[in-house]
Amino acid sequence: MAYQDEITHMDRAELEALQLERLKKAVVYCYEKIPFYKENFDAVGFDPYALETFEDLRRAPFTTKQDMRDAYPYDLFALPKSEVKEIHMSSGTTGVATVSGYTENDLKVWGDCFARGIGYAGGDENDIVHVCYGYGLFTGGLGAHYGGLNAGAMTIPMSAGNTKRQIKVLQSMGSSIICCTPSYAMYIADTAIEMGLDPKKDFHLKAGIHGAEAWSNQFRANLEEKLDYKALDVYGLTEVMGPGVAIECMEQTGLHVAEDHFWIEILDPETHEPVPDGEWGELVITTLTKEATPVIRYRTKDITRIIPGECACGRTHRRIDRLHGRTDDMMIIRGVNVFPRQIENVCTGFEEIADWYQIELTRENSLDVATLKIEINPDFPMDEIRKIEDLQRRLEQALKDELATKIKVKVVEPYTITRSEGKAVRIVDLRSEEEK
Amino acid sequence: MIDQLTVFLGNEEGRLTALCRTLGDAGIQMHSLVLADTTDYGIVRIICDNPKGAIEALSQARFTASLAKVVAVEVPHVPGGLAGVFAALDKLGVNIEYSYCFIGANGVATLALKAPESVMGALDEAGFKVLHPGDLYAA
Repeated sequence: MAYQDEITHMDRAELEALQLERLKKAVVYCYEKIPFYKENFDAVGFDPYALETFEDLRRAPFTTKQDMRDAYPYDLFALPKSEVKEIHMSSGTTGVATVSGYTENDLKVWGDCFARGIGYAGGDENDIVHVCYGYGLFTGGLGAHYGGLNAGAMTIPMSAGNTKRQIKVLQSMGSSIICCTPSYAMYIADTAIEMGLDPKKDFHLKAGIHGAEAWSNQFRANLEEKLDYKALDVYGLTEVMGPGVAIECMEQTGLHVAEDHFWIEILDPETHEPVPDGEWGELVITTLTKEATPVIRYRTKDITRIIPGECACGRTHRRIDRLHGRTDDMMIIRGVNVFPRQIENVCTGFEEIADWYQIELTRENSLDVATLKIEINPDFPMDEIRKIEDLQRRLEQALKDELATKIKVKVVEPYTITRSEGKAVRIVDLRSEEEK
Repeated sequence: MIDQLTVFLGNEEGRLTALCRTLGDAGIQMHSLVLADTTDYGIVRIICDNPKGAIEALSQARFTASLAKVVAVEVPHVPGGLAGVFAALDKLGVNIEYSYCFIGANGVATLALKAPESVMGALDEAGFKVLHPGDLYAA
């Protein structure tokens, strides 16, 4: 029995009845406890007491990141601070931070959601959960930590950084499940290999639970090859809860949403109309049980889709696909929409290229210029410039075929693209604000 | 054939200094340094007194460095000396990826060639002095 199997295998009809019951309470709770929702609901004539079906929720207004920034720090709290146990904040690198509060029960739910993921990974109280997401206001570290505790596993609160010590612990303590960003997992693997270790033999990992950034299937395959484990994707966001909103099972065919705690919609980002299952759109989340900072129809800006059908693992919670990117990660290069993920997919078809890349956006003569910086693998025969130029040409052609726009390829020295211990920096936009 | 050091360098300020300093600190003496440059990067080709030690020092300092095999042949120090060497090569119909001259052992002008190993025998037969590892560094 894995953690909370009875919930993750709940009968669909029963689950949907539970969701609807919780949804009805959630909209009323927000309306009565948080002035922001009362004003917003009243402004569009949405009556929370009259909600009878999931469709009725579509008449409720959205909540955006800007709303959360405007509410900084406490305006979206439903309860007095005496009932709030912990807060987290988004990094605020692109503006004012957004704050999320947690009651004791919220922390339990959060830990439960992540602990289910540890169960999906085949983990239980006999496992050693190695958490090297950053601890602190970022939800990654403590979310995984509470998951480890709730799953009953021995939890090692490494936090991010001090990679040599991470490697030492991975070697000597027998960590079996590692939780961090995918790029940090790659950095740890590469560093261990560079130190002369073979992580396949010297580490004891069976699974990794990796999130907080988009990563391609090829990047995953490379990680799994280097670490001899299963790399599972986890989704979460500060504004809603943190990691654990959805987690992949060992089938690796999408992330099971913790549907007993979240109601999800996939909407066309332009028309805001729901798209059919299987089609891509923006993920919109309503919390069903959150007490301190509940949210109604939060526009995540993350692009995903509902994967139709049942998962081979037997769990009934619906799956969302691995993120395609974010609507605000989308680059518009000379009028063409480009997601970093598409570029990564092309790159991973070239084994001459290392796993690190960065896209630099500039403007020359009022035209957008996108330059993809890549590092070549050390065993590439770089003695012959012709071969490097040939690789650049082939890559540029493949990018043009895929994206219908030109991307310049620039080969840089190894280790010049910044390695990250948190989220990988894939896009550097040097265009000024008015040029975008 | 001779071991030549090939280093990939980004076109950034200070990279050549860093490269030469790293080799100097490792006690490596260079016989030649030739730079093939493009807009974004350069390929540095070096012949030195300890190619294997150089690779080790450079890898540790995170340079992208590898060894390439090149043919080295002494050039007669007379007008038309180099033309004679190339004329001998022309007859072979082989592809020369690149070549450059440097001052080799005992101060004699030497031509380095990225060419198939077979040219060594042909150059030797044509009366040119083909160099071996021991002539340039402790093999």
